[in-house]
Amino acid sequence: MSPSEAAGREDFRAILGMVSPGARVLDIGCGEGALLDMLGRGKQVEGRGLEIDAANVSLCLARGLAVVQGDADHDLADFPNQAFDYAVLSQTLQTVRQPRQVLSELLRIADRAIVSFPNFAHWRVRWELLSRGRMPMTGVLSQAWYETDNIHLCTLRDFTSLCESLDLNIEACAALAEGQSARAINPQRPIENWRAEAALFLLSRKGLAA
Amino acid sequence: MDKDATDAGQSAEQTRALAEDGGTIRFGPDQPLRLDSGASLSGIEIAYRTWGVLNADRSNAVLICHALTGDQHVAGAHPTTGKPGWWTQMVGPGRPLDPAKHFIICSNVLGGCNGSTGPASINPETGKPWGLAFPVITIPDMVRAQAMLVEALGIETLFSVVGGSMGGMQVLQWAADYPERIFSALCIASAPRHSAQNIAFHEVGRQAVMADPDWRGGEYATLGVRPEKGLAVARMAAHITYLSEPALQRKFGRELQRDGLSWGFDADFQVESYLRHQGASFVDRFDANSYLYITRALDYFDLAASYDGLLAEAFRKARDVRFCVLSFTSDWLYPTPEGRAIVRALNAAGARVSFVEIQSDKGHDAFLLDEPVMRSAVAGFLDSAASARAAK
Repeated sequence: MSPSEAAGREDFRAILGMVSPGARVLDIGCGEGALLDMLGRGKQVEGRGLEIDAANVSLCLARGLAVVQGDADHDLADFPNQAFDYAVLSQTLQTVRQPRQVLSELLRIADRAIVSFPNFAHWRVRWELLSRGRMPMTGVLSQAWYETDNIHLCTLRDFTSLCESLDLNIEACAALAEGQSARAINPQRPIENWRAEAALFLLSRKGLAA
Repeated sequence: MDKDATDAGQSAEQTRALAEDGGTIRFGPDQPLRLDSGASLSGIEIAYRTWGVLNADRSNAVLICHALTGDQHVAGAHPTTGKPGWWTQMVGPGRPLDPAKHFIICSNVLGGCNGSTGPASINPETGKPWGLAFPVITIPDMVRAQAMLVEALGIETLFSVVGGSMGGMQVLQWAADYPERIFSALCIASAPRHSAQNIAFHEVGRQAVMADPDWRGGEYATLGVRPEKGLAVARMAAHITYLSEPALQRKFGRELQRDGLSWGFDADFQVESYLRHQGASFVDRFDANSYLYITRALDYFDLAASYDGLLAEAFRKARDVRFCVLSFTSDWLYPTPEGRAIVRALNAAGARVSFVEIQSDKGHDAFLLDEPVMRSAVAGFLDSAASARAAK
């Protein structure tokens, strides 16, 4: 799935709460630039975007945003080390070819990364698979297996263990559910791996001065 | 690069709405132009046109840099050919570059043949056309001459410097050499250096010109002849590089000019006839030696070379300039990776850059045509830059 263009998305509000004012932010998969726009107005950030679709980039330009056409798998290498305070990857990690490499790239170019993704261990997903024996279709996973761009779905536990292997700090985590405000959670608690429909992580490199 | 590619017409009323002005500015011997080659040119002339009106705080000036065979007639009708300007898709009332908003300047490049000093100009020392005695010029030399013109027009900071192809290279050179004198920069279908293939095609063109017996070692003007055949062949070869395989196929396929083959070497195929026409009409408006000098300037262009090969260093002082880089999917003259190399360097320099790769099967010349995504991207970029400048 490409990041939804719906402004006012719940994870956007949660991201807005995590970013410090005036920060340098790179939004990867920025779509029509709704989040960057919101961050610019709400937090006066110095925003940049990376977006795969030329028509979307053009819309971003008309909004006065600085956006480069490209994708997370190939074009993050074009950004220098620590060019940003935050790199945002909203509902996109599960669509990239090399999630592990993309995640480490995020924390090469930025001090902190904000990453959200659907949790494949949510109870409804588990139930669908168990009871029907079919690929789950739930609120956040809304497309059939043959249509979806999601090629690397993972669970909360998969993600925290990936962070561990990349030596990343989890500074904050929130559970996201459609129509509800974000709920701060401890992602290590097994119950959250059942309860969170999607999750949003604030990550940093170990050893980064707070 | 192909100024014949534009197709929009203009009414006399539209031409008046453009508020066209301009002329030729001559710099006295007290303002010689120091060239990269080490030579110096004094008494240079730069022919230019302007559209629109410079506003009170002189903040709406846009310099358009033309491509290899372009000229200063970007919007108004060309005085000799009568054809509309070469970029009427982008410049004019209601276009992204609008004389109602912008004070638009376009000058003929140094080394050109449309009024600016070039190899066809008179060498004051001999009283005859310069020919090959004209010093070799570079893209930075062209930009230095433009900067002199801009200063002479009383403009301290350009709102934007804009160009496609060779014009895009001048834009990059402006950013490297005069970052404090530009607010934004728009580089379309261009490259930070000439590749081996670019140089190779240009060499074919130059050899065609020099192989024409009427070239006479570059002295043809003094001898009253013109190397038309050689220049036409150069143009024909170059023109292929401005198009794309699918565009040629769509436009001409294997269509014949007449019923049946001639069983000889006439222009049987429509594509042959088209290229012959391109070559023949080009020699009417372009000087053969200018073609040699300008293609040389392009071949010598390598922006990173003056910065130990680090392109990002060229933009180190341009961090406050707003950049937009555009490329076209089917452009094989200056393909997308060239645009991306510019973007990577700008990112590394910490500059504010946007980049769009526009879907088009029309090849390099797409930048001269009506490409709606290009038009909206440029309009969005310039309008938001104008708001940002007003907010300062």
